[in-house]
Amino acid sequence: MYDVAIIGCGITGTSIAYRLSKFKLKTVVIDKENDVAMGATRANSAIVHAGYDPVENSLMAKLNVKSVGMTYEICKKLSVPCKQIGSLVLAFSEEEAEHVQRLYERGVNNGVPGIKVLCFEEAKKIEPMISDEVKCALYAPSAGVINPWEYALALAETAAANGTEMLFSSEVTNISKTEKGYVITAGGKEIEAKTVINASGCGADKIHDMVLPHEFDITPNKGAYFLLDKSEGKRANCVVFQCPNKDGKGVLVSPTVHGNLIVGPNAVACDAEDTSATAEDLAFVRQKAVKSIPSVDFRANIRNFAGVRPNSTKNDFIIEANDGFIDVAGIKSPGLASAAAIAEYVEDMMRSGGVKLEPKASYTDERKQVRFKELSHEERAELVKQNPAYGRVICRCETVTEGEILDAIHRPIVPHTVDGIKRRCGAGLGRCQGGFCGPRVVEILARELGVGREKIEKDKTGSYIVRRRED
Amino acid sequence: MYELAVIGGGPAGLAAAYSAYQNGLRNIVILERDKELGGILNQCIHNGFGLHRFKEELSGPEYAHRFIDMLKDTSVEVRLDTMVIEVTPDKKIFINSPKGYECIEAQSVVLSMGCRERTRGAISIPGTRPSGVFTAGAAQRYLNMEGLMAGKRVVILGSGDIGLIMARRMTLEGAKVLACVELMPYSGGLTRNIVQCLNDFDIPLYLSHTVTEIRGDKRLEGITVMKVDENRRPIPGSEMEFDCDTLLLSVGLIPENELTREAGISMDPRTNGANVFENMETSVEGIFACGNAVHVHDLVDFVSAESERAGAAAADYVKNGAQKSDVIEFKNGNDVGYTVPQKMHRDTKAEKIDVFFRVRRVFGKSKVVVSSGDEEIAVFKKAFMVPGEMQHLVIPADKLKAYDTVTVTAQEV
Repeated sequence: MYDVAIIGCGITGTSIAYRLSKFKLKTVVIDKENDVAMGATRANSAIVHAGYDPVENSLMAKLNVKSVGMTYEICKKLSVPCKQIGSLVLAFSEEEAEHVQRLYERGVNNGVPGIKVLCFEEAKKIEPMISDEVKCALYAPSAGVINPWEYALALAETAAANGTEMLFSSEVTNISKTEKGYVITAGGKEIEAKTVINASGCGADKIHDMVLPHEFDITPNKGAYFLLDKSEGKRANCVVFQCPNKDGKGVLVSPTVHGNLIVGPNAVACDAEDTSATAEDLAFVRQKAVKSIPSVDFRANIRNFAGVRPNSTKNDFIIEANDGFIDVAGIKSPGLASAAAIAEYVEDMMRSGGVKLEPKASYTDERKQVRFKELSHEERAELVKQNPAYGRVICRCETVTEGEILDAIHRPIVPHTVDGIKRRCGAGLGRCQGGFCGPRVVEILARELGVGREKIEKDKTGSYIVRRRED
Repeated sequence: MYELAVIGGGPAGLAAAYSAYQNGLRNIVILERDKELGGILNQCIHNGFGLHRFKEELSGPEYAHRFIDMLKDTSVEVRLDTMVIEVTPDKKIFINSPKGYECIEAQSVVLSMGCRERTRGAISIPGTRPSGVFTAGAAQRYLNMEGLMAGKRVVILGSGDIGLIMARRMTLEGAKVLACVELMPYSGGLTRNIVQCLNDFDIPLYLSHTVTEIRGDKRLEGITVMKVDENRRPIPGSEMEFDCDTLLLSVGLIPENELTREAGISMDPRTNGANVFENMETSVEGIFACGNAVHVHDLVDFVSAESERAGAAAADYVKNGAQKSDVIEFKNGNDVGYTVPQKMHRDTKAEKIDVFFRVRRVFGKSKVVVSSGDEEIAVFKKAFMVPGEMQHLVIPADKLKAYDTVTVTAQEV
């Protein structure tokens, strides 16, 4: 019998798991996919939003603004790449200038620190490459960029180091109420838990309906992106938005925390599993982006992808408790930026619901990760002397060493796929997209996991890479 | 302190190191990131290498071994499993290997890092992102080095040479290669490869077509191919569906020059390689570049020849110092994509200047004119020229020395 079962191992589920792992609770996180952060968390704009977008007094506004500082603090503790670089919302017309003014007022009301409206010249000083068509801009210095999947992995690994169990490749097919709590059927297993937390992203309505009367629908909506080479990474200094519209926050241009340039997204209603990027999606994003920064060179594109937002039929985050079943649903943007405060809110909700939250005598609240590329010459020399595996560069584009790949494999949550390695240490993230290092990562994974190379998959279960010649 | 550090132990680096040795240097090091010398040749187990250089047909590994054997009796030091992390303009080289992270110094440097393949991202193919989409070179590595098959039902996008070679190779290994699809109205590969790798195996080549959608959630399940108009835009209604588990991309090669750029060396946006003189020296004195890191070659034989010039020039630099002279610039005229070299020393020690270039379109019977202003310096007749085949001119140096700029133009006759 678990005290808590969290369904969904994205940023919401892992934030809650991390938060609860300091208490004397027996917790399990259940996910239908084979790794952490396989849904909305792994494909989004990767932004820590400042909090001027959500309407006043909404739960979203409250949690977003509160969460920004918490996010930076957690990232520092857990060695997650994150940079506070500020954001701009550009206005291209009088009408949009009025909208920027409204966002400013909303930001002030929401308690966003340091927010101000800049005239074109002031905005151009911060962001020299913006279009001359810009009239004015909203500047929010507290916004930032983050690596969302490393964030979720760090939270999940820290929770796991504190005893939280992880159950992957286990789709929840039924939940039934018992006297003591709930029985969850997942991946052919029955899991009993006193409290169930529904953090299942695009599947949250189905999970809710297994327990409670139908109340909301998740209406998935996808957005496509370009990820450009580091040669384009200096095209923007901060997160450059356009005025939001009914479909979302509009197309942004932003440096990523790794120094690439990200451009996107559009917004199209879709199925929950549909992460395809169509030619129309990509053409739209391209055309919108050059409105903000005309000089973006799309020839430097290294990857396109699309992510699915778990939008819901309600306008706010849905965080509600009902007899030990807690919905944490509709966590669309700014869900990534709000996750830390969402977890705190859920903790408070559990406490007031009568769950005994007794702190553990000792628990881990730090995490170290070696990033060879970021070290000085002296530190690199010392590291290789201690462990020669750091002396072998496997991913040339991102300078990721075998030592870092071995570290990734031997951390608390073991990756089994090439993309799992990529998400943990960046091998294959660069301009050749794993063309060189892919076969080597397959070889290292197969060796460390003790299986044949033909058993190593790229990403989701079933995404085999190679076959033996004789098969 | 080394006299010469060669970065990359592929065909370019091997030839440069050997030539520098022949020209009198004794303290040479080759820095190679892989576990063996030879570079990409090691996975090119087909024949056709060395027809120019050795007058016989060799496989890739055999060709590499000719050079590796030549180096055996020399004092050239080889450091394997060694990745160069940074090169500074004053020729400090930071290297990483399991033996240690260190900084070595050299009087001269040859940059011979080769090139990498363009990927799906570079051409933004729409659709999902399943496994089963490989660059042709990655599939070649799996098959020829590791004995693993990329898949069973294969479509190849792009008619570059590696793609064509892999069409034949996958077929011989029992895969069904359904088609080779090329965006341009002409092939990007050598004519001999079209004949020997596609035609001989009845693999259809769809010119002016491209892949417009990739399907499959986990493994590739199928693709859509469409005909394109003269602006390379897909023509609605021309959709063809292919049921395949593998898509190989042979859509171009990009010289690898991150080290070059970080060292502040002047780059040519047309080649994506360093701007070089006739002796393969870059804009930084004593740093030379050669092979596919400078411009993408079709034949390794020409890589070797070019790299031998780089090695000899590095030796000359170490012994006699920098060549100081004013500069003659090469320009590309109509329908010429680039020239290598981009410039030459007016008082060059070379008697003949090798000029390489590619045309931008297919030419029938034509002539290549080397001129300056209205003055014709030299004319070369060509039976035909295609973008997939690099052109080579040899011009006596004395003929060029009177001019400041020299233009290479292609004309149909």
